[in-house]
Amino acid sequence: MRRALLAVAALVCAGLAVLAWVSPGRSAPAAPDGRALYLEGCATCHGDDARGRPGQAPTLHGVGAQAADFYLSTGRMPLPAPGAEPVRAKPAYSAAERRALTAYVGALGGPRVPFVAPERGSLSDGQELFTSHCAGCHQAVARGGVVPGAVAPALQQATPTQIAEAVRVGPNLMPAFPAAQIDQDELDSIVRYVLSTRDPDDAGGWGIGNLGPIPEGMVAWLLAGAALLLAIRLLGKRAAP
Amino acid sequence: MRRLWAAIALLAALVNGRRRPPAPAAPEAPEEGRTFAKETGAPAAVERLVAALLLLSAAASLTFAGLVTAGADTQALGIALALALFLGGTALAVTANRIVPREQAVERRPDLGDAQARADVRERVAVTTEGVSRRRLLGVAGATAGGALAAAVVAPVTALGPAVGNSIADTPWHRGRRLVGEDGVPLTADDVPLTSFVTAFPESADRRELGSPVVLVREEPASLRLPPGRADWAPEGILAFSKICTHAGCAIALYRQPLYEPTSDPPGLACPCHYSVFDTRRGGKVVAGPAGRALPQLPLELGPGRELRAAGGFSGPIGPSWWGVRKA
Amino acid sequence: MTAPPRDERALRFIDERISAGKPVRKALRYVFPDHWSFMLGEVALYSFVVLVATGVFLALFFEPSLGTRIYDGPYVPLQGREVTGAYDSALRLSFEVPAGLLMRQTHHWAADVFVVAIVLHLMRIFFTGAFRKPRELNYLVGVTLLALAVLEGFLGYSLLDDLLSGMGLAIGYGVALSIPLIGGDVAHLIWAGEFPGADVIQPRLFIGHVFLLPAAIAGLIGAHLALIARTRHTQFRGEGATEGTVVGSPMWPGYALRSIALFLLVAAILVALGGLVQINPIWQWGPYEPWQGTNGAQPDWYLGWLIGALRIAPPVDLVVGGYTVVPEPFWGGVLFPTIVFGVLYLWPWIEERLITRDTSRHELLDRPRDNPGRTAVGAAFFAWVVTIFAAGAADRAFLSVGIPYITQVWIFRGAIFVVPVVVFVVARRIARGLAAAEAHPLRGWTGEVVERREDGGYTAVTDGRDPSLHEPPARPRA
Repeated sequence: MRRALLAVAALVCAGLAVLAWVSPGRSAPAAPDGRALYLEGCATCHGDDARGRPGQAPTLHGVGAQAADFYLSTGRMPLPAPGAEPVRAKPAYSAAERRALTAYVGALGGPRVPFVAPERGSLSDGQELFTSHCAGCHQAVARGGVVPGAVAPALQQATPTQIAEAVRVGPNLMPAFPAAQIDQDELDSIVRYVLSTRDPDDAGGWGIGNLGPIPEGMVAWLLAGAALLLAIRLLGKRAAP
Repeated sequence: MRRLWAAIALLAALVNGRRRPPAPAAPEAPEEGRTFAKETGAPAAVERLVAALLLLSAAASLTFAGLVTAGADTQALGIALALALFLGGTALAVTANRIVPREQAVERRPDLGDAQARADVRERVAVTTEGVSRRRLLGVAGATAGGALAAAVVAPVTALGPAVGNSIADTPWHRGRRLVGEDGVPLTADDVPLTSFVTAFPESADRRELGSPVVLVREEPASLRLPPGRADWAPEGILAFSKICTHAGCAIALYRQPLYEPTSDPPGLACPCHYSVFDTRRGGKVVAGPAGRALPQLPLELGPGRELRAAGGFSGPIGPSWWGVRKA
Repeated sequence: MTAPPRDERALRFIDERISAGKPVRKALRYVFPDHWSFMLGEVALYSFVVLVATGVFLALFFEPSLGTRIYDGPYVPLQGREVTGAYDSALRLSFEVPAGLLMRQTHHWAADVFVVAIVLHLMRIFFTGAFRKPRELNYLVGVTLLALAVLEGFLGYSLLDDLLSGMGLAIGYGVALSIPLIGGDVAHLIWAGEFPGADVIQPRLFIGHVFLLPAAIAGLIGAHLALIARTRHTQFRGEGATEGTVVGSPMWPGYALRSIALFLLVAAILVALGGLVQINPIWQWGPYEPWQGTNGAQPDWYLGWLIGALRIAPPVDLVVGGYTVVPEPFWGGVLFPTIVFGVLYLWPWIEERLITRDTSRHELLDRPRDNPGRTAVGAAFFAWVVTIFAAGAADRAFLSVGIPYITQVWIFRGAIFVVPVVVFVVARRIARGLAAAEAHPLRGWTGEVVERREDGGYTAVTDGRDPSLHEPPARPRA
């Protein structure tokens, strides 16, 4: 009996040990080591010295905490495979780990995480600026769009900081707009507008995705068309078979 | 000419009704519908249901009227009116199918085509030229007058708009014209970053004119592969292109600017309508999509204070192609 | 002597002045065959009635002008923007006029549903052979109505001068320019100069949309109905109808009440959509400027076939001796719809000369299976158009499953050849199979269960039918 209990206890301990070993983000009591995390998760593509590998990944010297925070907090990095298109995903690192990694990359030089205050921005300026600079890829109400070679994502999930970072970084195929082109006030307005697209003014009722005529056509055929077919089926009588 | 008269007469005869038809095909089927099966009667419950639906519909109608005057929102208005229509329609449907007599009737289909009438028409029309000697002369003269009158009536259509002429190729851009941004402020070379795009217009020109808007991008001068003759069109690598797509006229609102080119695509301006992509480094050459012609490039020069100016007109007509576009 | 009852006095008043008695009697006794699919045309008709009713309301508020002013209405994101009179009046209708947005949205849904109904109706006409003699003329009227409805819808939503429809108008200009030789002059005639046109383009679109086209459509609808009344409606076999008679409900009371009920139900569905499902939220797109664009700009559904064609057509300007004879948008924007409408217009004669060699009068309808050739060609043709439609509409969907845009284009360029052939073969097989088996696809199987004997022959075990599941054998054709 006792041997059985010991065996079970040993098994449970072993199991917990294995679990602790395989689970990511092993929470050590000490703060995460940015360099260690970097070597483990990023160096394969970006190089041990963070100067990049030609043909594979760019240098991280000079990109700053701005880019690191963007890519890590939106889960775009680490990539599932080298050369894959970076898309929003669940972040691979915990918040503490991300802070450490961002600090490490930030220490290599480059812009800091941008400040943004959407409440100071103007909604109408934001609408106009967004249409001029962003709607061509991201669509008029930020529902995302098609670009030959990439996807311009919908922006309803982006936080104000992430929006500001993306504007300055220009990830993947997106242009990067420096402060000389879009200053702080304009950035605040753009962010405020993008945040408003989470809940656009759908005065007409069900917004059907705010994507325009394609969902509208689907409603016309599948809702109205179906309802009308049902109506005339019920009203009219069948011919003989 | 005679056939035209015959056709008009036949059409008139058709509209007015045919003459007495020959023996009907089905002797027992009458010309006007005759009921041969009938089912009458409706259960009291159904009649009461219809009355209830009608009264509810009336209530919904009155509610709608009240809501309109009260300024209610669109959803409430829509529900009220739709309900009124739906209840009324359902009431009427039940009435038609369950309350009023349900009848089956038969009717003979009309005969179509009456050879005797056609012969009579031809004969009457033939009478027109009885005794007329110079038929040909009159016919030709009449046709000439008719055709000319038709042309005269149609002629004012040309007043609707001008001939296209050179109007598309004539743009506000000429040597020395300054570029201004969307806010109207003149642009300098420093206003065009390496990593994004800028929309610009000719100073004090009509922005809505199709030839006005240009898009500015900057590429590394060493990476440029411009067509021959454009070596000095891009000071510091700043390129200006017409912002109107040469496919069908949408604004080129996409700029693909790779963060790390080896693992993605080269820079390019793209159109959101049908995704034509133009290679900026090669002077607007089409690299994808349905556009049949490169994006026209505007030569630039730097004026005093590094302000951006046009150094001439576009490399080709802007906007969608038409007959007037000459290609080498 | 007591005076005759009031209704008799009223009837006598009219009859003794215009002799309406006989025509009215004939009309009230007019026989309509009963089949639910015959009501599709009425759905279109009643959608048109809703369009006119809501359209009159809208026309009393809309301002067809390109003159600009600063927006100062209640919609915050556009405050302070320079907007045209057209866009401003449309915003006012949407946000400030009581029931304005309901009317706007009902009007727009009615337009979408109008064309849905016409297409369904056209399919019914086609697959049952209702276009055959003597109804070819009416068929031509109907196809013209389809073309006019599509044009009318395009003009209607382009009036509002929002970003989405403005982009569509620019494409319309590009397509007009692409007409060989004369395209430039044609486009500049319509727009009174270069796009976006002198200010007169707005009143032109407006007059076309509220007067010229509705008058033409209403006139053609009148002709359409008159021609049906002249020849009487076609009918399916069975129910005792023959080539010489029509059997069904008399106009009054049965059919008229049913039809009015349908009108109310169509209006109910359209108003419900107009109040509950948002359509064309122009305030979200913003005003149109020729130098601006948005991703995902699409035309209304009934023009989606053209955007697909424009996207996948080969990127070739036909240049002869340095002259651009055929600009690229011609292939997808002009040639393709010309082919589609050309086939539609010519179909009755294509069929009777080349497929059935049958020019006799037909009053009884085919079921689709009765003419497998027509059914297969129709299905294939429709599938071809739908494939091209999908090329313009499916970009986001394909991207969401990881297929890049350029790959999609090549897939569709192949699909437009493969899909119609496959659909043709499959449709013909199904039609022939159904016709041969005389079985209803949903109601059951008729056949025999056989057992193979040792000598290789077959013996029927049962006749395979479960009497509780099967229709009695088909009645002989009239």
